[in-house]
Amino acid sequence: MNRIAIWTMYRHEMARFRRTLGQSLLSPVLSTALYFVVFGAALGSRIDSVEGIPYGAFIVPGLVLLSVMTQAVSNASFGIYFPKFIGTIYEHLSAPVSYAEILLGYVGAAATKALIVGAVILATAFFFVELRIAHPMAMLAFLVLTAVSFSLLGFIIGIWARSFEQLQLVPLLIITPLAFLGGSFYSISMLPAPWQTVSLFNPVVYLVSGFRWAFFGLEDIPVAFSLLAIAGFTGACLAVVAWIFRTGWRLRD
Amino acid sequence: MTDAPIISIDGLTKTYAGGFTALHDVSLTVQTGEILALLGPNGAGKTTLISTICGITQPSGGQVRVGGHDVVTDFRAARRLIGLVPQEIVLEPFTRVCDTVAFSRGIFGLPHDAALIEDRLRRLTLWDKRDAMLRELSGGMRRRVMIAKALAHDPRVLFLDEPTAGVDVELRRDMWAIVRDLKSRGVTIILTTHYIEEAEAIADRIAIINGGRIGLVENKHALMRRLGQKELRMDLNRAVDGLPDTLQGRGLDLSDDGRAILYRYTVGAGTDIGPLLADVAAAGLGLRDVRTQESSLEDIFVDLLRETP
Repeated sequence: MNRIAIWTMYRHEMARFRRTLGQSLLSPVLSTALYFVVFGAALGSRIDSVEGIPYGAFIVPGLVLLSVMTQAVSNASFGIYFPKFIGTIYEHLSAPVSYAEILLGYVGAAATKALIVGAVILATAFFFVELRIAHPMAMLAFLVLTAVSFSLLGFIIGIWARSFEQLQLVPLLIITPLAFLGGSFYSISMLPAPWQTVSLFNPVVYLVSGFRWAFFGLEDIPVAFSLLAIAGFTGACLAVVAWIFRTGWRLRD
Repeated sequence: MTDAPIISIDGLTKTYAGGFTALHDVSLTVQTGEILALLGPNGAGKTTLISTICGITQPSGGQVRVGGHDVVTDFRAARRLIGLVPQEIVLEPFTRVCDTVAFSRGIFGLPHDAALIEDRLRRLTLWDKRDAMLRELSGGMRRRVMIAKALAHDPRVLFLDEPTAGVDVELRRDMWAIVRDLKSRGVTIILTTHYIEEAEAIADRIAIINGGRIGLVENKHALMRRLGQKELRMDLNRAVDGLPDTLQGRGLDLSDDGRAILYRYTVGAGTDIGPLLADVAAAGLGLRDVRTQESSLEDIFVDLLRETP
């Protein structure tokens, strides 16, 4: 295992995060603050509570997860796509590093960045609503698993993409709609029966439900199913990554 | 230079997914400490060959060994020995010079070494620019950074893919000095170039590749001796209508204006210039001037390409 190389790639990616700190942190924090103002204070004042939880607090897990997912995907996809785009990927391909080591460096950095953003958003939430986390360790575990699995997805997107447009396409057309329709701002029990069934095909529902359970002890779906879903998603991403590594698809001619 | 080949390529073939075969059964050895110039026209397979040795492209067949290590099955050991300066200048614009060189060392699994990085930057006259962002540097400076990055892990073999393409004459000569300095430190250098003059100036051996096939590999001086032509031009002090009978059948030509006699011969072959000059004088032809002109490696290269199907 080339630990120094992994650390080098990780540090390099984190340096980019530091260079663009305003864009990296300020933007998601501002968006989240706006969500709290619009959904929590304005609309939330008209909604008493959801399953006994004040609406402002109810949306916190969904908001944190939404940011972690989108940040993980965008950071990981950009991280590996950028060297492909400008041509510096030759360094990775001609260095004594394996694909797995490249993956650890880039996915590790993307997941770290997503977790930092998630933590900052959670801290921001405490300024707007009163929160008590029922299962802090489970919350942390869900957060880490989500950050890692969506970073893996971002890594795959970054290798697949051949243009910046493609890089944006999957997050824009798939991740964001799934996240919004995954119960970030509502409980799926609030939906009419047919839509509840449809929602069960959305993997994000399982993540949000599990994450919300970690906060409030409430679940739309049994927490074991949530864990199973995230494990399955991570496994699927790893299988795709393994295939990419075996074939060198879009990395090595 | 020692006898042990640092690179041995045996039957290397590369066919891309689209079906195009860029390398056909290429076999080549490169000796430790030599400078090998890989010459060939555009699309000849120079960059594919380098990319396959360095690990950027997967070989379709054959075997490549660097320092005795197979570049596929023992890629870590093989790649540790290799430094690569690609044809394009590709650098992250918002990274500092010293950071990008440190990155190149780190990705090879070597711990940070400030003294070594300073040495590389000083040797390439980049030390004053160490804290500059890469986007602030001139094209020539960025080319130097590419070399500094390739040298950050002390490679034993350095690939320079068109190192002086698009650079001015001064920088080109600087690059040649850098290459000679590296050679003096025992680094083996494989250089692709369009500038035959470059190969002529710095290479020990020449390999000519065309259509994905190595056509010729030979010591530069031996090649020029074997295939190089010389022309002796004897300017006459008056125009003549034809060669005198005594000079017929000696491989001589008369210039179109009748004011010079031309004699072409192979560089390495024995010549009879002394008797020839005496015979020209005996024929009553006065000489105003005598000049020789040697064919360049470029002439030889062009001739060889014409002969290659």
